[in-house]
Amino acid sequence: MHDMSAQPAVHHHAPPQGFIRKYVFSLDHKVIGLQYIGLALVAVFLGMVLSWLMRIHLGWASFAIPGLDKISPNGAPGGLITPEYYLSLMTMHGTIMVFFVLTNAPFAGFGNYFLPIQIGAEDMAFPRFNMMSFWTTFVAFIVLIAAFFVGDGPPLAGWTSYAPLSSVGGDAGPGQAMGQTLWAVSIGLFCIGQLLGSLNFIATTLDLRTKGMKLSRMPLSTWAWFITACIGLLAFADLLPACILLILDRTAGTSFFTPANLVVSDKLQPHSGGSPLLWQHLFWFFGHPEVYIAIVPGFGIISHILPVFARKPLLGGTRVMIGSMIALGFLSYMVWGHHMFLSGMNPFSAILFSVPTLIITIPSTIAVLMWTGSVYGAKMRFTTPCLFCLGFISVFISGGISGFFLAQPSIDIFLHATYFVVAHFHFVMAVAAIFGIFAGIYFWAPKMFGRMMNETLGKWHFWLTFIGVYCIFMPMHYLGLAGNVRRYSAFTADYLVPLIPVHKFITIAALLTGAAQFIFLYNLIHTRYWGPKAPDNPWEATSLEWSTTSPPPFDNFGGKHPVVYQDPYEYGVEGPQDYVMQTTPGKIAGA
Amino acid sequence: MASTTYPPGGPAVSATAGAVGARARAGARAEVNPQIAATQTGIWVCVCAIFMCFAAFVSALVVREGTGADWQRLVLPRVLYFNTLILLASSYTLGVCSRRFAAAVRQHAPDGYAQFPRALPWLYATIFLGAIFIFGQWLAWRTLSAEGLYLATNPSSSFFYVLTAMHGLHVLGGMAGLIYAARRLGRGVVSAQVSALGAASTYWHFMGVLWVFLFLVMAMRL
Repeated sequence: MHDMSAQPAVHHHAPPQGFIRKYVFSLDHKVIGLQYIGLALVAVFLGMVLSWLMRIHLGWASFAIPGLDKISPNGAPGGLITPEYYLSLMTMHGTIMVFFVLTNAPFAGFGNYFLPIQIGAEDMAFPRFNMMSFWTTFVAFIVLIAAFFVGDGPPLAGWTSYAPLSSVGGDAGPGQAMGQTLWAVSIGLFCIGQLLGSLNFIATTLDLRTKGMKLSRMPLSTWAWFITACIGLLAFADLLPACILLILDRTAGTSFFTPANLVVSDKLQPHSGGSPLLWQHLFWFFGHPEVYIAIVPGFGIISHILPVFARKPLLGGTRVMIGSMIALGFLSYMVWGHHMFLSGMNPFSAILFSVPTLIITIPSTIAVLMWTGSVYGAKMRFTTPCLFCLGFISVFISGGISGFFLAQPSIDIFLHATYFVVAHFHFVMAVAAIFGIFAGIYFWAPKMFGRMMNETLGKWHFWLTFIGVYCIFMPMHYLGLAGNVRRYSAFTADYLVPLIPVHKFITIAALLTGAAQFIFLYNLIHTRYWGPKAPDNPWEATSLEWSTTSPPPFDNFGGKHPVVYQDPYEYGVEGPQDYVMQTTPGKIAGA
Repeated sequence: MASTTYPPGGPAVSATAGAVGARARAGARAEVNPQIAATQTGIWVCVCAIFMCFAAFVSALVVREGTGADWQRLVLPRVLYFNTLILLASSYTLGVCSRRFAAAVRQHAPDGYAQFPRALPWLYATIFLGAIFIFGQWLAWRTLSAEGLYLATNPSSSFFYVLTAMHGLHVLGGMAGLIYAARRLGRGVVSAQVSALGAASTYWHFMGVLWVFLFLVMAMRL
């Protein structure tokens, strides 16, 4: 049934033999994809531990965390986190999570592994760039982590690293000397890695599609990675210059971001006339698209997986979803100013940024309606990946709704510096994207490892995580409405003291939800080595990755290139089986 | 698609003769070797990313100029006019090289081995002119520093050094690409030669266009 005919070979490299070439400096997109996912896994647990430390301190400010004074004698003397060290933890948590988890796993990780397979290619267009892309990202991660171990500790300017706090050096606080420089170098390297990756994704999608794989026949996940690559290409090409200018301000004495007559720690800073707002513009022109770099692959993964378990095509058709994702990508570049409502910008500019922000709800709502409408009346197969898809829709709606409020400058002025925003972006970007990653891992593990993940453990993991994230982030909305400011390490003001029990509840929920992730870790590692063998197409899915063996051979399709005859989501058709693979020739009855 | 072999490691794949520079010129899309097409797409994507980088630098320049009261205009070193001519001349020599290559490559099978002695000298000339350009940019830096204008002296000199340094780095990358293409033209498979020279020349011409843009911005703003 899988008609394979001889198609041109695109790459001449033969399967590597040595361990280093096979698993370390590999040119194979599948190995590189797994390397990205592995790096993201290390990063996500590190980021989670950092959030635990912050949460424990927020709930029980006088609790001495055992052993923390050994790791950072200055930041946590006697195990008690200082306000500065709290900010350092926050900075590192945000940076690690946004860059090394939410960008690495759903986009670079899954994209590298499955984009070439889903379009019937043997590999990415430029395997060497692909390898350089991962290893540049890896070095960026090491440079960032090194900030924990330099003299004055990690930076404290937040993942946004606003100038002049980030641009004046050691006078601005612990971590602002070497730590902040390492941050800027790390993020600059990260940009280079992602630019190489995006270049590969775009060229591969446009030019290496197999016979019959028209653009309209590409699975939605591939569409999402392609659109994300287009977003990332411009976004990271904007952040890289910003990082270069920041490094120059810090090390060469230039004044791009540092204003004149600035006195920090009783010292007049030797700078003239720079613009702190310039940094905010450059950063958020990257920063808002970055949010979509994290979430659009989630859109694609969910849209790819949901029809498999609903056993019917996406309501409204793939073209509408593609249009929605393209609209999201386009709009992501028009709205960066909504992060800067409090920067003192002209109120008229605020309206100019507010309107497109509200327009973003239209493609988002179309996507959500398509998912929920597809589920309606379907004979669902409630597997773990399916549950994570439904969870994605839930948290995306919950987080998206608070976006209505924040998009309006007058309301945002009150809510911007509160936990309301923390709740909003964690739901809509972080948790939603993480649910997309989980859905992807449970769905594609049979293909990546050739082994099935444990469903019982998977369902435990889902329900504990799903309930847990609501317990963590739902109360934060109320904290924000009550005026609970964010980025504070302790709440001693009179009006904040009554809110501390809520923080204790959130902390307990965070610890338990975090602990539940070890179920996933155990399940993943156990599956990788000892799980039951997976068939080639365990979910009865239609796209090309399920037409090859589990795991795929080195060249993905065993010496042949598949030929594509069908659209990607032919589910619920009449016949001996209720689906038609993309590689099945012939016309579908009733189509 | 003719003369194609699988598995990987076999003889090289087909190339449409004369596909240097533009996929459109090569006729129907299906005739273009996918790896050549991907390389061309890749280099254009690369051009977009680099342009975005410099758009960010230039918008930072415009914002910075309008923000502080410390902006002091500087007189651009005269050697920059000479450098501009050199870079434009290098685009011309590269164009001659491409045309001679395109004329000769038609007589070769895409998966055959070939040398292009009539095109190569023009490629070497391009690389040489690129080196002169870099040397000229260094002279411009020397001129400014002799006037006491360093990286951190004032914002306009900061932007001058940043823009010229970033552009210079990209030109060095382009020279590496040209040297790679020259090595390919000296000995290699025709399809790989088409791919390498096509990518390197698209990039190199873009370096010229980018320099003219930056030079105009600096002449008007710095």
